[in-house]
Amino acid sequence: MELKLPAMSPTMEEGTLSAWLVKPGDTVKPGQVIAEIETDKATMELEADEGGTIISLAIEAGTDAVKVGTVIAIIAIDGEDSSAHMSAPAAPAAPAAISAEGPKTEHLAPVSAPASVPTPEAPVPAKVETVSGPTRKQTVREALRDAMAEEMRSDLSVFIMGEEVGQYQGAYKVTQGLLDEFGDKRVVDTPITEYGFAGLGVGAAMGGLKPIVEFMTFNFAMQAIDHIINSAAKTNYMSGGQMRCPIVFRGPNGAASRVGAQHSQNYGPWYASVPGLLVVSPYDAADAKGLLKSAIRSPDPVVFLENELLYGQSFEVPEGDRVVPIGKARLYREGADVTLVSYSIGVGIALDAAQQLAADGIDCEVLDLRTLRPLDEAAVLASLRKTNRMVVVEEGWPVCSISSEIIAIAMTKGFDDLDAPVLRVTNKDVPLPYANNLEKAALLKAADVVAAVKSLF
Amino acid sequence: MARATKSSAGEQRTAASEGRLERLPNVTRHNASEAEYRDFYRMMLVIRRFEEKAGQLYGMGLIGGFCHLYIGQEAVVTGLQSAITPGRDSVVTGYRDHGHMLACHIDPKTIMAELTGREAGISRGKGGSMHMFSVEQGFFGGHGIVGAQVPIGAGLGFAHKYKQQVMGGEGGVALAYFGDGAANQGQVYEAFNMAELWKLPVIFVIENNQYAMGTSVNRASAEDQLYRRGESFRIEGMQVDGMDVLAVRGAANMALDWVRGGHGPILLEMKTYRYRGHSMSDPAKYRSREEVQTMRDNRDPIDMAKREMLELGFADETWFKACEKEVKAQVAEAADFAEQAPEPDLSELTTDILVGTY
Repeated sequence: MELKLPAMSPTMEEGTLSAWLVKPGDTVKPGQVIAEIETDKATMELEADEGGTIISLAIEAGTDAVKVGTVIAIIAIDGEDSSAHMSAPAAPAAPAAISAEGPKTEHLAPVSAPASVPTPEAPVPAKVETVSGPTRKQTVREALRDAMAEEMRSDLSVFIMGEEVGQYQGAYKVTQGLLDEFGDKRVVDTPITEYGFAGLGVGAAMGGLKPIVEFMTFNFAMQAIDHIINSAAKTNYMSGGQMRCPIVFRGPNGAASRVGAQHSQNYGPWYASVPGLLVVSPYDAADAKGLLKSAIRSPDPVVFLENELLYGQSFEVPEGDRVVPIGKARLYREGADVTLVSYSIGVGIALDAAQQLAADGIDCEVLDLRTLRPLDEAAVLASLRKTNRMVVVEEGWPVCSISSEIIAIAMTKGFDDLDAPVLRVTNKDVPLPYANNLEKAALLKAADVVAAVKSLF
Repeated sequence: MARATKSSAGEQRTAASEGRLERLPNVTRHNASEAEYRDFYRMMLVIRRFEEKAGQLYGMGLIGGFCHLYIGQEAVVTGLQSAITPGRDSVVTGYRDHGHMLACHIDPKTIMAELTGREAGISRGKGGSMHMFSVEQGFFGGHGIVGAQVPIGAGLGFAHKYKQQVMGGEGGVALAYFGDGAANQGQVYEAFNMAELWKLPVIFVIENNQYAMGTSVNRASAEDQLYRRGESFRIEGMQVDGMDVLAVRGAANMALDWVRGGHGPILLEMKTYRYRGHSMSDPAKYRSREEVQTMRDNRDPIDMAKREMLELGFADETWFKACEKEVKAQVAEAADFAEQAPEPDLSELTTDILVGTY
């Protein structure tokens, strides 16, 4: 029997075969741990499903980037004739689950996610913000961890709490290593009790600490939304400016991959409607790090919306203590004909669409909002003044959305600059379905952005 | 263990503890000195007269919205607050918060001016009756969502412990007050679990005034002996006669020792009674006039304290008269101030939303 590398998380498309715990000739029992696999989320133990004898190991221990579906070992199952395997060593199997999507780079989003993020060799427009000084390539996940670690080193009042942030090393590995460095007084594993620990975090913030509260995903924060809004956001105002609540609520937001309606929602518009909150939703690793550092240092409550599908993507991140200001959009790509406004994972889709449209002679500007509250209206209007056309790209529902807000801003404050109505490309207005084809149909795609842009000319 | 105390407030005049879980030490009524008892009496009277005045101002249209009076419950907050160190320990409660603020020694003028929505109010007129805070006095609100103050209180306790263990601070204790109604909110038990799990220095105080709005404890709570509500989290609990200020103070002494001793949280159920409606718009259909009158006649915390002080020779009628006069003058001054102080400038509408500029 060919043993193939299984997908061990909804977003895993490859893994590192860290160690083999068996060798050819060994007999294994059902449930016996035979290998350690490092996934995008955790180091996991691979168990044998059935008992048998290891014939050969197809992938060496220590091999990185083994695609899901690759044959990693040949096992003669008890009672099965093993001679066939002995004589015919397996060719590496095509990674079945992802082959339909065509060739991918390490940046590509997982299976059913919109396959539309920029490649590293994408041309960088001349006048976009450039970083001077040394950089290094990091995943968004690593950048977020470094932001927390750096702030925790420099400020003893900063601590992190949440489900599985400590011993488990983070449900999505964002807090990996923090427990070892800072100990369990500052890296606090909570029970599954979102309402309770969100409120407890608010109390700790009022009491003078700077909590980082991790929600395993923001879907679960709906259980805690009363404390985020009623207790955290409104306190400074209700106290006439006396009572501070410097707290960061962070975690993955938006659609992940095949996890269904209750685990796939973008809460950006919800929180962005609340005065008293700062709402941040970065796209790349450099912004994720710089904005999280700003969020932790902020005297105000911050909702920090990450994206699971971006966690494993790599970007150049400036070395050192660089903060990115909250409330400032970023010109990601300069263009003359139309502005694509987006945030979070939508930026990747917009960049992808911009690249496709460039081939058709349409020069797109891509504006990453980065912060949803306060929204950088000036940047939106300045870009509109330049291009006179605008399309909002949002991984989320259309109704009462950030898109709605951008359109309102353009209508009320940029009307004279509009040569065409502002359009929006969003997910479909449905709960996110599970079936692969339906999920794809519900999520926005670069092709939709391309079509919307073309309709403006 | 007194499971038979279903009748409103406690019957035994001098028993500090009506019910008590196993591990807690015995509790005695506080042995107050003359000066202490006079302070307690005076504080209870300040709260009573302040709340009566607030009721009048509400009737005159000077106070709007919701206004929840504390009349009848004065002994609870007076006894507890007298035992803690203001500014070092922290206090949080729900929307029935005027008495807690007075007992935190916050200037009555700034409280009354908040009730009338004036710029001189402690929240600059932006909070109102239910949303008041004092960083200086360690008063963390004033929360309008029933039960929200309980995890917040656990968080204040977390901050005390964290500051001591990680930042070399001096520690401190959090008091989280909530009502019998809030005791049925799920988040209360989420907070109980974490508080005991992490041995947080928190005193949870259930002010059981017998009615959650119009719903009596027996109609809302499967376990109506609320001091037992922490049992499945291994939180020790105790029932206290909340109409007897010395019983409350005695329980507070024990609870503070317990919490400061690193045992983790403790739960005090204060059996008390509110004379007035839940808020100013209470139809009062859910209980009889006789029930209220009986409590007022027999169990009033201020009258009981006065009788005992006279017996003990701690004060005479002359002192009580002078005290009454002084308190009335203080409350009248607060009311005048609150009436005459200007409303907030319109520019206040958009200040204090965020601390930083972005």
